[in-house]
Amino acid sequence: MTDSLTRPTAQAAAGITLDEGLELFRLMFLIRRFEERAARLRAAGFIPGFLHPCSGQEAVAVGVAAALRKDDVLTSNHRGHGHILGRGADPARMYAELFARSTGYNAGKGGSLHMIDADLGFLGANGIVGGGIPLATGAALQLKRLNSQALAVTYFGDGASNEGAFHESLNLAALWQLPVLFVCENNLYGEFTRQSEHMVLDNVADRASAYGMPGIVVDGNDVLAVKKVAAEAADRARSGMGPTLIEAKTYRHKGHFEGDMARYRPKEEVEAWMKRDPLILFPEVLRDELGATDADLDRVREAVEAKLDLDIEWAKEQPHPLPEDALEHVYVDSYNGKALR
Amino acid sequence: MTNFTFADGIRQAIAEEMERDPAVFLIGEDVGESGGVFGVTKGLWDRFGKDRLWDSPISEEAIVGAAVGAALVGGRPIAEIMFSDFSMLAMDMIVNQAAKTHYMTGGRLSAPLVVRMVTGTNGSTGAQHSQSLESWFTHVPGLKVVAPSTPEDAKGLLKSAIRDPDPVMFFEHKGLYVGRGGPAGEVVEVDPIPFGSGRIHREGTDVTVVSYLKTREYAMAAAETLAEEGVSCEVFDPRTLVPFDYEGLRASLEKTGRLLIAHEAPARGGFGAEIAAWAAENCHDVLRSPVMRVGGQNTPVPYAPVMEKFVLPMADRIAESIRTLVLNPSRQLQSL
Repeated sequence: MTDSLTRPTAQAAAGITLDEGLELFRLMFLIRRFEERAARLRAAGFIPGFLHPCSGQEAVAVGVAAALRKDDVLTSNHRGHGHILGRGADPARMYAELFARSTGYNAGKGGSLHMIDADLGFLGANGIVGGGIPLATGAALQLKRLNSQALAVTYFGDGASNEGAFHESLNLAALWQLPVLFVCENNLYGEFTRQSEHMVLDNVADRASAYGMPGIVVDGNDVLAVKKVAAEAADRARSGMGPTLIEAKTYRHKGHFEGDMARYRPKEEVEAWMKRDPLILFPEVLRDELGATDADLDRVREAVEAKLDLDIEWAKEQPHPLPEDALEHVYVDSYNGKALR
Repeated sequence: MTNFTFADGIRQAIAEEMERDPAVFLIGEDVGESGGVFGVTKGLWDRFGKDRLWDSPISEEAIVGAAVGAALVGGRPIAEIMFSDFSMLAMDMIVNQAAKTHYMTGGRLSAPLVVRMVTGTNGSTGAQHSQSLESWFTHVPGLKVVAPSTPEDAKGLLKSAIRDPDPVMFFEHKGLYVGRGGPAGEVVEVDPIPFGSGRIHREGTDVTVVSYLKTREYAMAAAETLAEEGVSCEVFDPRTLVPFDYEGLRASLEKTGRLLIAHEAPARGGFGAEIAAWAAENCHDVLRSPVMRVGGQNTPVPYAPVMEKFVLPMADRIAESIRTLVLNPSRQLQSL
């Protein structure tokens, strides 16, 4: 399972300062608490739609984002809260969107599955498994056409690696040497189905060789290891050497969606992975390698909680859309504010 | 034979838009040096090179998906899907991604791309290379659907499609290419034609015949025949199905009082049904007989020429339907 994955702590930690380390911790803790609070807010009736929590997978989103530049662009999947928060999104506008308010990121027309922040280059979560992969490939094509140094990232799961969109996109990206990072968060389950029941290979990364690109396995619960691998892949992409498939081995603490009790998973497996929670592992690195104190970590936690309190209060006060707002934004062209007949 | 063919119209629109806007590029199978299966992009390679013509693997989902992704970050892609039948392999990217981008993001992103597709039959192309699927796309809010029937319209509408801020499905009937030579080379100046403006190809007073793509030519032939019999047909080509020129159609119906819709797609669920429903809801005051449709038979397109001609709405079937509509409307249900 994960025995082969060990935490390359000292070497990796050497490259960052305590402040940088605390910022990575802050983002991971923010993602965790954003989702835990969202689950409660959904139970309390504030969120009408689906939630697909990423608790346990935070180190992938934060580690990759730490290797990116401002002009890079990203596409994501149904489990995308961490991806957008890792990129620096505003939790208040995210809550407003989850609450279906008109000041939310998508003006109340998207919800969790379609969350975007165009200013951050975050081109959207996606409700279709594998749907974001061709989009990032195409964004990378346009960036290459512009002779930009920017790149595109797409996050998807092990399940999506069985979609045609994945295979067609990897072939195209390798063929044209497009600047794109294919980041597979392998949480060992495609919806309710174990990896061994949905593919023969042990590693999704092994699929890269079929398309002539590097495929790299990394411990997805080690934020510094993820950052290092992503930075190397980003360097390759920016220097015109094309795409990389990164497989981050990780684990979903909760079910496929909020409310799924995930009884299809063995108890021992869950317990083993809970011990490898990135929010347990990384504070150890911060203490052991960078000299962080408990007070440092508590300060970060308290600041996140206080900020989320304010964000949720703000979101609850936001206006609801009008029913007829549903007719807007079908087309960019305006047809007297109405949907076309 | 004219020196300005349908293929010229398409090729010139692409070339002129590429000259105008460096964001415009083409992506698809065989669009590069080879000039494409129908020769439509011939010569563009020498003029614009690799950066504007991305000759892709046979991967329809990745072709359209890459076009959507490029459009999200400022590109103006034209995705070429060789046969519209193959667009089925790219439906997620068209329907779930491109069509909904602007809406799902509350207007913050958009996907301005054109998907060009060859449609319809042109002689024994068989059931998987001959379909007329335009009505499927009209059913998806967020898409625009264009269906030109002349070289000039093809050029002017494709220019508009490339400049349009929304995803546009652009249908090119292979019967309007093939047998008329590939690009002949004469350059005809055509301004962008705004969407939602129909074109009257023949004025008349007894019946309005709405038709588009290749069927518009059959409608014209039927109108010629009927003129000799004393029936005056107005042939109205909407040119774009979404948006549709309902004002123009209403004006025509005020003149004729009768409506027949002819298209190659199977009648059941075809766009003619939508036009008929609109007329029933909005033009009851001017209609003096029931609305009638002539479509392809509700079958796949067969291979044998005699069967293929039988299922298509050829001129004689359109003419017979018009006779029924004008002279004996109570019989019409039998002739659909």
